[in-house]
Amino acid sequence: MSYSLLRIAREALRGGSGWTRAWRDPQPKPQYDAIVVGGGGHGLATGYYLAKEHSLTNVAVLEKGWIGSGNAGRNTTIIRSNYLLPGNEPFYEHSMKLWEGLEQDLNFNTMVSQRGVLNLFHSDAARDAAARRGNAMRLHGVDAELLDTAGVRAMLPLLAFDAARFPIKGGLLQRRGGTARHDAVVWGYARAADRRGVDIVQNCEVTGIRVANGQVQGVETTRGFISAAKVGLACAGHSSRVAAMAGLRLPIESHVLQAFVSEGVKPMLDTVVTFGAGHFYISQSDKGGLVFGGDIDGYNSYAQRGNMPLVEDVAEACVALLPQTSRLRVLRSWGGIMDMSMDGSPIIDRTPVGGLYLNAGWCYGGFKATPASGWCFAHTIARDQAHALNAAMRLDRFATGAVIDEKGAGAQPNLH
Amino acid sequence: MRIPCPHCGARGSEEFLFRGAADLVRPSADASAETWHDYVHLRDNPAGQYNELWQHQHGCRRWLVVTRNTATHQIFAVVDSALRGRAA
Ligand SMILES: Cc1cc2nc3c(=O)[nH]c(=O)nc-3n(C[C@H](O)[C@H](O)[C@H](O)COP(=O)(O)OP(=O)(O)OC[C@H]3O[C@@H](n4cnc5c(N)ncnc54)[C@H](O)[C@@H]3O)c2cc1C
Ligand SMILES: [Zn+2]
Repeated sequence: MSYSLLRIAREALRGGSGWTRAWRDPQPKPQYDAIVVGGGGHGLATGYYLAKEHSLTNVAVLEKGWIGSGNAGRNTTIIRSNYLLPGNEPFYEHSMKLWEGLEQDLNFNTMVSQRGVLNLFHSDAARDAAARRGNAMRLHGVDAELLDTAGVRAMLPLLAFDAARFPIKGGLLQRRGGTARHDAVVWGYARAADRRGVDIVQNCEVTGIRVANGQVQGVETTRGFISAAKVGLACAGHSSRVAAMAGLRLPIESHVLQAFVSEGVKPMLDTVVTFGAGHFYISQSDKGGLVFGGDIDGYNSYAQRGNMPLVEDVAEACVALLPQTSRLRVLRSWGGIMDMSMDGSPIIDRTPVGGLYLNAGWCYGGFKATPASGWCFAHTIARDQAHALNAAMRLDRFATGAVIDEKGAGAQPNLH
Repeated sequence: MRIPCPHCGARGSEEFLFRGAADLVRPSADASAETWHDYVHLRDNPAGQYNELWQHQHGCRRWLVVTRNTATHQIFAVVDSALRGRAA
C-alpha cells in the first residue's frame, strides 16, 4: 500500500479500517542469498539497498529483539556532514544527499528537518579549528559557514553569550544539517525493504556463525540454522560479540551513551546547537521537549543505562549554555550501547572470512550515516568489494596505520 | 556506581579515572608490528566479567584492578595493581 495525502483522507472517512500492516512478519526461510544481522537503521537500510540497487531480493534481516530496539531508537537524531578528513567527508555528504531524498524514495515520512547544525566555539584556537573544518567541507562541495558572535546572536539570542568562563566567539554552521525522526527511519526502511521482498525477521537472535574452509556457510539462530553464502554484520554496540562467533577480535570497546528529554515547552530552539567548551548538544523536538546529550560515561558497558556523574555533567553544560533551562524538568533519560572504535571512525569492509562482511564501530555518530552506511554496505556485500565512498573504512587500517583519526588523538576508544 | 577502594572504602565512580583493560601486557620494544597492533587496538570487549584499571584519582591516587560485570556494573573484586603483579 502506498502512502499519500489521498490515502489519509480516504482512511479518515473509513475510520482507518483500510490500513494494513507496514511489513510482513515472515518465518525465516532455510536459505537466503544474503543475511544481514541486526535490525537497526543500518541493517534495514542494507537490506533495502541490496534489493533496490543490486536486485538481491532473497535477503533476510535478522533482529534479536524488535527492529529499532537498539541505538536506532535511542539516539538524539542529529544528522550532518561536517567532517574533516577525506576518508569520511564524501561518505557523510552522500548520506546527507540520501537524507534529502529519503521520504520520496521510501514513501515514508521520516521527518527530515534541515534546521541547521551550529557548532559553537569559545576561543581563538577553536575558531581556527572550525575554520579549517569548514574549509575542508567546502573543498568537498559541502555547505559550511563561519559565524562570528554577532552572527550567532542574530540566530540564537537566548544563548549565554557573555558567560565569564566560556564566552561564545562564534560558530560553524551547516544549514543543511538538522534532525530526522529516528523511529520513522527504522520503519520506513523496514517497510520499503519488505515491499521489495526482503524478509525482516524479528525475535531471531544470531547465536553462531558457521564457517567451513574459511567461507561463511550461514548463521545459527534461536529459530534454527539459516544458510547463506553472504552474511553482513550490522550489530552496533554488540559487534565484538557477534564477530567473535566467527573468530574475529575487533578494535572496538562497547560503551554507554546517555540521552535526555525535558518536559515540553514552547518553541525556543529552531536549530541544533553544540557547546564547544564541553561535550553537549541540544535541539527541540516537534513535541516541544528539549532533546540533549553529552559524553559517553567513560567505561566499558553493556548495560543500557548510564550513571549519575554523567547526568550531572550534561546538566551543567546545558545550564552553562542555556541558563533558562535550569528549572526545566527532565522527563526521560536512557542509554544505548555503542561500538567505540579505536580511531573514532567506522568500519564497512570485508573480513578475513570469505562471505562475511562487517559494518561496525559507529561510535555515537552513526544515525546520520544510516542511509550511506546501508548503501555502501549493500555495495560491499553484493560486489564483494568496497565502494569508493567506504574505501578508507577498512578493518585492517589499524594494522596498516591508515587510520581515520578525525581528532588526531591516537588510539583510544572515546573518540567520535 | 560505587567502587570499593581497598585503601579508602567505597567511593563514587566520579572520583576515579578509567583506563581500560587490565590484562594487556605491553610488548617489548622489538616485538613484531602485529603484536603491537594487538596490544594497542584489539580488545576482548566481553559482556560480563572484565578486569579493568581504575585510578583513584581524587582519593589515594593508587591504580586499582577492578573486576566488574560490564552488563550489570556489579563489582566482584578490587585489588591494588601493585599487589596484583604483572601476570595476566
Ligand atoms: C544516546 C545516543 C545518542 C545518539 N545520538 C546520535 C546523533 O544525534 N546522531 C548520530 O548520527 N548518531 C547518534 N547516535 C549513534 C547512533 O544511534 C548509532 O551509531 C546507530 O544507530 C548505529 O546503527 P544501527 O541503527 O544499525 O544500530 P542499532 O539500532 O543498535 O542496531 C543494531 C541491532 O543489532 C541487533 N543485534 C545485536 N546482536 C544481535 C544478534 N546476535 N542477533 C541479531 N541481532 C542482533 C540489536 O538488537 C540492534 O537492534 C547516538 C547513540 C546513542 C546511544
Ligand atoms: Zn583510594
